[in-house]
Amino acid sequence: MESLPFFNQLLQFIVTGLTIGAIYAMVAIGFNIIYNVTEIINLAQGEFVMLGGLVMVTVHVMWGVPLPLAFGLTVLGVTLVGVLLDRLAIRPIRKPSVMTLIIATVAASIIIKGVAMLIWGKSPYDLPAFSGRTPIDLGGVIIQPQYLWVVGFLVVVAIGLTWFFNRTIYGKAMSACADNPDAARLVGINVRHMVLLSFALSAAIGAVAGLTLTPIALMDYDRGAMLAIKGFGAAILGGLGSFPGAILGGLVLGLIEALSAGLLSSGYKDAYALIILLAVLFIRPSGILGNLEVTRFKRF
Amino acid sequence: MLEIEKLSAGYGPIPAIREISLAVPEGRVVSIIGANGAGKSTLLKAVSGLNRNKSGRILFHGQSISNLPAHRIVGLGLSQVAEGRQIFAHMTVADNIQLGAYLYYRRRHRAEIDQRMDQVYAMFPILAKRAKQIAGSLSGGEQQMLAIGRALMTRPKLLLLDEPSMGLAPIVVQEILRTIETLNGMGMTILLVEQNARAALQIADFAYVLETGQVVLEGPAAKLLNDPKVKAAYLGG
Ligand SMILES: Nc1ncnc2c1ncn2[C@@H]1O[C@H](COP(=O)(O)OP(=O)(O)OP(=O)(O)O)[C@@H](O)[C@H]1O
Ligand SMILES: [Mg+2]
Repeated sequence: MESLPFFNQLLQFIVTGLTIGAIYAMVAIGFNIIYNVTEIINLAQGEFVMLGGLVMVTVHVMWGVPLPLAFGLTVLGVTLVGVLLDRLAIRPIRKPSVMTLIIATVAASIIIKGVAMLIWGKSPYDLPAFSGRTPIDLGGVIIQPQYLWVVGFLVVVAIGLTWFFNRTIYGKAMSACADNPDAARLVGINVRHMVLLSFALSAAIGAVAGLTLTPIALMDYDRGAMLAIKGFGAAILGGLGSFPGAILGGLVLGLIEALSAGLLSSGYKDAYALIILLAVLFIRPSGILGNLEVTRFKRF
Repeated sequence: MLEIEKLSAGYGPIPAIREISLAVPEGRVVSIIGANGAGKSTLLKAVSGLNRNKSGRILFHGQSISNLPAHRIVGLGLSQVAEGRQIFAHMTVADNIQLGAYLYYRRRHRAEIDQRMDQVYAMFPILAKRAKQIAGSLSGGEQQMLAIGRALMTRPKLLLLDEPSMGLAPIVVQEILRTIETLNGMGMTILLVEQNARAALQIADFAYVLETGQVVLEGPAAKLLNDPKVKAAYLGG
């Protein structure tokens, strides 16, 4: 009976890892959507997640709006921030190079963080779990109901995006912009609209990640940067631009973090993730599912 | 149908084409021939709105399109098949063709879209066979057909073709030329840019010769075919 608790513990770490990994995966998907259309790494991606959590706290907890409606309002609100990011920080740049645009997203992330601090202060906020906090006991492995929500939303986002990019004309138009922007213009696609749409979509997915994460890990104004780094790591790990890669990369990163924190030392969990990331990139520069030709930064 | 007056355009302070004036009358095939770097593609990019660093007047159906962005110009019925095919290489053949209908892709246009697709597939049966294939995996000639097919989906009245024969085997070049003639026979107006002067002059009504960004010669295609200067420079003596 000595090995069973260890095995259970291991499973427990895996469950936690997959949950946090699902969050990283959603952040990574957000990176990829914008990257695919514009080649920009939107370093404000983490702020969308932070805003998703904090706006939800305001709408649901402070204003008392019921959960489904609060969910919708929060996603809508953060989507609007994504739209504003494109309109105010990206589009006005007159001679855009990918590098200046990325720096613009850094500036925007600092501003968003500052405004969030003014609105919500520095203390972390909690959010009621969507279906309570009574743990589900699966043969010794404890699963928080909120974990299922997180993983469930990753599945919904993945299916939704697959449908959007493969079945709708706007999704195909977005892929077309990523594929060949001039050719896209020549069939009448307004590339600027597609860039705007990519920011809106990324913001919406970031918001979903943030508001599902908050009941598990709380949320404060300062969390965006770390989430962005982890999400970006996941995107790179899976292969920048690849959606299956983002999901795989996110889950792998989450697992490494949870297992190393549980089995080795929790103080270094971020470092372990980074080391594995570097190791993978050393062996496969294009990421696990990436394609070197596609992944190469074309305009740096 | 298309009138260009004193059009200059380029990529920096020095224009790549200077004060070009030309006209494409409705129902005709007009050709522009010229060597590498003469400015042929720059001219078409300026007309299509891809190049916006330009001055001069471009009238389409009497309406100025000089200041319109590319995606608006397509909607007026001016479509370009760009140099080097420029398909959506990572998407399927069917998606490429479908995206040609992007501007009017609504449920109420379903019948028209289907009918146009059928026309494209009838014109290029090989595309129907390859519909589910990734476009980047097509042969050069098939990719050119796809690029033309996609342009036809945009409801063009004027079709600009930038070196459709580039890099293709002679037999495929002939096939593309026949397609252009067929389209013209169906009423499509065509502006054809070619380095392959012999091919272009065969099917054109009227032609312009471009050298270092300027029109140096113009006239009926049959006349240019026998012009000694054209013969020496573009038809291999
Ligand atoms: N994107 C660009 N940036 C800067 N200069 C360019 C660009 N594209 C073309 N040029 C320059 O503009 C001039 C005209 O080029 P253009 O592509 O219009 O020639 P072309 O007649 O189409 O040649 P080809 O037959 O080789 O296609 C050339 O001197 C070329 O170097
Ligand atoms: Mg050219």
